[in-house]
Parts: sequence; C-alpha cells; structure tokens
Amino acid sequence: MFLFFISSGLFLGWTLGANDASNVFGSAVGSKLIRFRQAAIIASIFVVLGAVLQGAGGSHTLGKLGSVDALGGAFTVALAAGMSVLWMTKSKLPVSTSQAIVGAIIGWNFFTGNPTDINSLTTIVATWISGPILGGFFAVLLFLLLQFILRKRKIHLIKLDAYIKYALLIVGAFGSYSLGANNIANVVGVFIPSAPNIALDFGFFTLNGTQLLFLGGGLSIAVGIFTYSKKVMMTVGSSLMKLNAETAIIVVLAHSLVLFVFSSQSLSDLFVRIGLPAIPLVPVSSSQAIVGAIIGIGILKGGRNIQINVIGKIAVGWFLTPVIAGLLAFFALFFMSNVFNLKVSSNPSKYVKGDIVVTDDAKVSIDDKTKTIENFYPTDKEVTTFKLYKPAVIIVMIILLLVIIYQLYVINKLKEKDKLEEYQESIDRYDTQQILLAKELKTTNDANLKLEKEIDAKEKEQKKIALSIIRKNEILSKLKTEIENLKSKPEETLKFADLNTLKLLIIENLSVENERKSFNKYIRNLNDSFYKNLEIEYPGLSENEKKLCSLLRLKLTSKEIASILNITPKSVEVSRYRLRKKMNIKKNEKLSKMIRKL
Amino acid sequence: MINIFKTSKTVSLSIDQFFDKIDLGTLNFKKGVQNYIDGNLDEFAQNLKSVSILENEADTIQRKIENDFYLHSLMPNYASDILNLLESVDHIIDRSTDVLSQFDVERPHMPEAIKKDYTELLNLTVRSAENVVPAARIFFTSPDAVKDRIQKVLFYHRETAVLSNNIKRKIFQEFDSLKLSEKIHLRYFALHIEQVSDTCKNIAHQLSSLVIKIKM
Repeated sequence: MFLFFISSGLFLGWTLGANDASNVFGSAVGSKLIRFRQAAIIASIFVVLGAVLQGAGGSHTLGKLGSVDALGGAFTVALAAGMSVLWMTKSKLPVSTSQAIVGAIIGWNFFTGNPTDINSLTTIVATWISGPILGGFFAVLLFLLLQFILRKRKIHLIKLDAYIKYALLIVGAFGSYSLGANNIANVVGVFIPSAPNIALDFGFFTLNGTQLLFLGGGLSIAVGIFTYSKKVMMTVGSSLMKLNAETAIIVVLAHSLVLFVFSSQSLSDLFVRIGLPAIPLVPVSSSQAIVGAIIGIGILKGGRNIQINVIGKIAVGWFLTPVIAGLLAFFALFFMSNVFNLKVSSNPSKYVKGDIVVTDDAKVSIDDKTKTIENFYPTDKEVTTFKLYKPAVIIVMIILLLVIIYQLYVINKLKEKDKLEEYQESIDRYDTQQILLAKELKTTNDANLKLEKEIDAKEKEQKKIALSIIRKNEILSKLKTEIENLKSKPEETLKFADLNTLKLLIIENLSVENERKSFNKYIRNLNDSFYKNLEIEYPGLSENEKKLCSLLRLKLTSKEIASILNITPKSVEVSRYRLRKKMNIKKNEKLSKMIRKL
Repeated sequence: MINIFKTSKTVSLSIDQFFDKIDLGTLNFKKGVQNYIDGNLDEFAQNLKSVSILENEADTIQRKIENDFYLHSLMPNYASDILNLLESVDHIIDRSTDVLSQFDVERPHMPEAIKKDYTELLNLTVRSAENVVPAARIFFTSPDAVKDRIQKVLFYHRETAVLSNNIKRKIFQEFDSLKLSEKIHLRYFALHIEQVSDTCKNIAHQLSSLVIKIKM
C-alpha cells in the first residue's frame, strides 16, 4: 500500500527531473557543448547521491510548514504538485517543484484546517527572493574571476573549449548533487512521516527508511531526466539568453552553489561556529537560481541579451505554480476524502462529510504541530534492520559479471560486424568486378564477331578477285593459243571464219556468268533477312524475280541490272512490269520504294 | 572525451603551423615580386616555387584542422566562423601564388621610372598581410588584442588603395612612350598586388565580427 501511495511522490520526482535538471545541464546541452545522453547519465548518478547523502535538511523545513501526517494526504499533495509542474513543463515554462509542493502543502493545511507555520513559510518565500539574488551575485563574482584568469593565462581558444567541456561536466555533476540534496525534500518530504521503520545494512553503509525514500525519489528524478528533460534543456540553453561556453559554466556553477549553500548542514554549522547566523536549509527554487545567475551576467554585460518576455513568462510561472498547486491540492483532497473516503489527515476536516465529526477542537496549535513534526523523525521507534551485506556483495558481483559479459558480447558483436562489413565489401567488390568483366567480355565478343564478319567478307572478296584473275588468265592463255594457231597457218589459208571464232571466244568469255553467279550469291548472303521478308510478304515470287528485287533494293538502274543479269534492258523492264503485277503495286506507287520498305 | 585535451593541443599546434606557413608565404611573396622588379629572375623563380610549396602545405594543414573540428565537435558554436576565418587567411597565400604566377607567365615590362612605386605598393600590401596574420593568431589567445592589429590592417589597406590609384594614373598620364597594351598590362599588375591587401581587409572585418560574437 505504501508503495502505491508513494507513486505520486515518484511522479513528482519525475516532473522535477524533467524540469529542473535542465537548470544544471541545460546551458551545456543547449549550447551543444555536451551531448544530452552524457549529461543525463552524470545528472542521474549525482542527483541520487545528493538525495541520499545530503537530502535531510530541506525536508525538516517542509515538515515545519505543514506536516502531512496521513499517507493518503501525502499522496494527494504530491500528486497535485506533480500535476501542476507537469502542466507548466508542458507549457515549456521553467517552473519550480519547490513552489508547487509548498502550494500543495498550504492547500492541505487549508483543507485539514491545520495552521500554516508562518515562520517556515516566510523562510521559504525569503529563499524565493534570496535564491536568484544570490545566484546573480555568485554569477557576477565568478564571471569576473574567470575573465581575470583568462586575461592573465591567455589560454588558446581550442584548449579553453576542452577545459570548458570538462568543467561543465564537473560543475554539472556538482549541480546535480546539490539539486538532489536540496530538492529531494520537494519530492518525498511529505512522505517522511509515513516512511517505514526499516534499515538496510549493506555492511559498509546502512540506509534507513528515510534514506530509502530519498533513494526512490532520486531514482524517479533520474527517470524524469532521461525521459523528458531534453526539451526543457533546449529552452534554457537557447531561448532565455544566448549563452557562450564560459557564461554557461558560470551560470551552472552559480546555481549549483546556491543550491549547495541552502542544503549543506556542514556549511551551516561552520557559519554558526565562526559566529555567523545559521544558513536556513530550505528547498530552493533551482529555476530561480539559474535565472538569477543569467540575469546577473546579463546585467554585467549591459543587459542587451536578456529576453524580457521569457523572464516575464517565468515570473508568471512562479506566481501561478503555487496558486495552481494549492487549489489543485485542495480540490484533490476534497475529492479523495469524499469519494474514496481516503484518510488525508489524522485530524478531522470540516470539508469531509461522514463519520468524521467536524469540531473546532480539530484545529491544533502550532506548538502541538511542532511536537508532532518532531515525532515524524522517530528516534526511539523500533527499527527493523535487514542485513544485506552478503546479498549486496553478491548482487554487485553479479552486476559486474553481467557488465563484463555484456562488454565481451558487445566487443564480439562489433568484431563480427566489422568482419561482416569487410566480407560484404569484398562481395560487393567482387560483384562489381564480375559485372565489369562481363561487360568487357560482351564488348570484346561483339567486336570479335564484327571483325570475323569483316574478315569473312574480305576473304570472299579476295576469293572472287582471285577467281576472276584465274579466269582472266585462262581466257588470255586461250586467246594466246588461238592467236598462235592462227599465226602458224599460212596467210592464204586464213579465213574470216577463224577471226569469227576468236570473236566468239572473246564474247563467250566476256560473259560474266561466273562473276554473276558469285555476285548473286554474295547479294543473297547480304540480303538474307530481306529474302526471308520477301518470301513472307510475297510467297509466289520466282528466284529471278527475287533476284530482281534484291538488285532494285540496291538502287541499280535497269541498264545496270541488265548488265549484271546478262539480259537486255528491255527484258528488265518487262520483268519489272510483271513483278509489279505480282506484288499488286498501284500505278502511283514506286516499285523500288516498296521493295526498300521491306 | 578523454582525448579531448590531446586533440585540442594538436589542433592549436596545427593552427599555429598554418599561420607560420602563411607568414612565410607572405615573406616569399614580397621577395619574389621585389626580385622580379629588380630583374633577378632566377631568384624570382625560386620564390615562386617556395610560395607554391607553402600554399600546398597550408592547404593540407587547413583540411586537417577542418577534419578535427568536425570529428571532435570542437567549439560547436563557433566552428564554422573559425573555419571560415582560416579559409580567408589561406586566401592570402593563394592570392600571392596567383600574383607571382602571373608575373612569371606574363612577364610585364616595367619601366625604371615606375619600379620604385611598385616596390612601395608591394611593401604596403605586405604590411597589411603582416598585421592581419598576427591578428588572426592572437584572436585564439587574446581576442581583446585583435582590435589594435585590425586598425593597422585597415590603415595599410587604405594606403595601398591610394598608391595603386596613383600608379595607374601615372602609367596612363605620364608614360607616353609605353604602348596602350603595356599600360593596361601594368595597370593589371598594380591591381593584382592590391588584391592581396583587399583579402587582408576582408579578414580584418571577419575578425572584428568574430571577436564580438565570441565575447557575447
């Protein structure tokens, strides 16, 4: 049941982490000096440490303001504060959980009729004023100091950038510690009276019920940082004022110092020892401190860069947050009491109907209240201690082992990934080479094919020329023999018939039958596809007509065709006419044109 | 994160080396033009070679600095401004190499009577470069001290512009013996030398705005 009720506190912690962590690392992340993830890890660790080790001081002050003495009441108060902060965060306004929780506690006081401790309220409100002033003061001092150091040391800008990055991490860690220490009271302070009386003994340290509560609160802040603070960090980092790296570090440091001063018991004791008044340990508004620091530096620089409208919005948020939280707490308590019959206070309230009797005696005096508060931090109650030394050691060892295994796994994975990438790369390279080779091969094959065709054609041509030469030689030798025969005959025996025989031989050999045949064959080879098309389109054509078509396709005249086919031009004309008829070509269409279309 | 100090040390050293190259480049440029004016062409060729080598080295260092800036996210808010500044400073040596190359290729005829003016123009231009490089160098350690240097750069730039105009006027009005082509040629060389000082002026303006930005 306790865990259920504390959920609202954890929710409040979540809103605090989402909102106030931006004050610590917002400037650094907003100005892109540190990555968000890096900032979130450091902030989370140190917030938890601050909460557990130094979180008690502020809780006392809140307890004095209004001791929420019933678990249901604490639940409702924390929930109301959390909802208010969430709404303000959604509106991108830097708000303070301190104001929300104070407003909600006062709402509880009003609802239950408990008196509000004016002294505590005054102290808290005073910190609302002194927090930003002190923030501004620290910021101005630190800024002047840094300027002095930079002027004296003349650090190279690049080196300075590196120093600032480290310094921002260290200062951020310190700020987170202070935030945890100071603001944890806002998160789980109202639950302290209801904290379980247990202690966990880890051997080298012990956590009591309150510290466990702080630990839970710290963890909830860490979750808030990781899940929702990035957006707000960007608002602080870029909207409020354009911060350079040096200014950012001063702002964070000043803010951290303010939080630390108002949460350190040791510092307060030191003040008392040297005769100064004790520092009140009060949950300080982190937002107020950061804005104070920024304004301080802004004023020092002449106030040119301060965006008044953003500061105005923040101021409105400061006023609205406690009012909204108070009203919300009041109505939530009313609802919880009357609808769920939840016990929100050990004292009866006039707003609760039913079994609880409304009486004036219900109101208690502040003195009585203070006594009750003292009882919230029990010293004489029996505490159940759990010895967790051995389990803690075992858990730590298991965690270490798991971390080592995980690291080994990650390293192995990375190695595998590298190998896989390397393998993939070699495959890609191989594929690319294959494609290139295939292309190259295709190009070479095509070229070879072309060359082969060319060689073939040349060979045929050469053969034809050779044959022609042989033929001519044969004719010439035949002619020579005939002439010699004629010469050997006596002159008187020479007859006209002999000369005619010679003429006939010449005519016979002038016949280009052989050449024509080889030419036709050559033409046929060339026009292989043309002949196929011709046969498909006009199946009834004779061999001679096909031959004529192929010659017409070469744009040869009738006279040229006649010479090739060893016929008269008249015969060619007749053949053309017949071809037209067979191919059904109209009068106005040209035969050669029709053939070339094929 | 752990290596950031080592990286910052390396980068700051690289920036110093880069400025050294530019400084040496400017000196060689001065010697080169002077040697050309005096007619020592062998020495001039040597100067041109030196400036070219220095320009290449400066470019290499500049690329390395750029790479480190992006790789290690150095000064994320000012990275682009600083890299632009280095780029502009690199223009000095680029410009110097160009001018020397033009002298080498075009070999302008320079009458004795004008040589003194060209020497003076060269001195003024080089002085603006000699002031702007330390200004850029000091920006990284003492941004406040940049202002004083910038004033000198702007002063020498103005003087260079005035002298360049005077030379051009003199060429066209007093040297009747020169052909128009020779006059135009000489005019261009006055302009080329002047452009080195123009580059320095641009860097000075860039430095001024960068100082304001970084001090904000």
